[in-house]
Amino acid sequence: MKHLLTYLTGLIFGLGISMSGMANPAKVLNFFDFAGTWDPSLVFVMGGAVTVSFFGYRALFKRYETPAFEPRFIVPTSRVIDAKLVGGSLVFGVGWGIAGFCPGGALPALGALDANVWVFFVALVAGIFAAKFMMTLTAAKAAGRAN
Amino acid sequence: MITEFSPTEFTPWASLIGGLLIGAAAVLLMALQGRIFGATGILAGFLTPANSSDWAWRAILLAGMASGPLAFAALTGHMPVVEVPVSTPALIIGGFIVGIGVSYGSGCTSGHGVCGMSRLSPRSIVATLSFMFATAVTVYLIRHVFGQVVGGA
Repeated sequence: MKHLLTYLTGLIFGLGISMSGMANPAKVLNFFDFAGTWDPSLVFVMGGAVTVSFFGYRALFKRYETPAFEPRFIVPTSRVIDAKLVGGSLVFGVGWGIAGFCPGGALPALGALDANVWVFFVALVAGIFAAKFMMTLTAAKAAGRAN
Repeated sequence: MITEFSPTEFTPWASLIGGLLIGAAAVLLMALQGRIFGATGILAGFLTPANSSDWAWRAILLAGMASGPLAFAALTGHMPVVEVPVSTPALIIGGFIVGIGVSYGSGCTSGHGVCGMSRLSPRSIVATLSFMFATAVTVYLIRHVFGQVVGGA
């Protein structure tokens, strides 16, 4: 039951992405092409999603102390705005502008069995591992200095 | 042939319904697993799992996500349109850069853009503004300044 509900949650997300156009790089890149073939559709994706989760989260946290399958809600609490957050986000934007896929758009699109999505996905995974490796190096260096 | 200069159809209703479903999934995941629906975090935790039970729900959620296009096909009779107006090298370079950026930025369009913004998290609002800005500048440079050097199909 737990696994089925988790699967259906993913399915609803994937269906939403498929309907929204976020799985279609042509549409995503046109959203950002204000000076060219601008397609404002993605405003409606973001507007719809944020509206539902804004009210949904509030109703949920008001009514329940814990989630159904876990002992507690795990919500990011950090309020630190640093170079890592801003720099990483800027870098992400550059990559998104080059490829046209973001992770949330590409993961459901894998199921559309288009080879381009899998090419992007493999490169995305390589980038995630590369970042983890660089972070480990940075942490090791910092630890070395501390000693 | 899709090129970077091909217009796409304005789809306010399909996009709005898609957005509502994405938001509903985000609320459901919080209700069930107590987690933020961030594609970056879910994937990163799947790739480098903390333990087997933490891995299992991520694998099942990812399987559900990837089944989305099939559900879409069952409803509409065709797979969702995936038009790629960029070259394969652009997909590879872009994908790698996205992987690095979302790791350092701790999130992407779903985690920061939807879940974080709806919680009014200052970090997520700054992150979302940052990547939207960088994406728009990148698309402008590729399409209107450098021509087809990077993004040509």
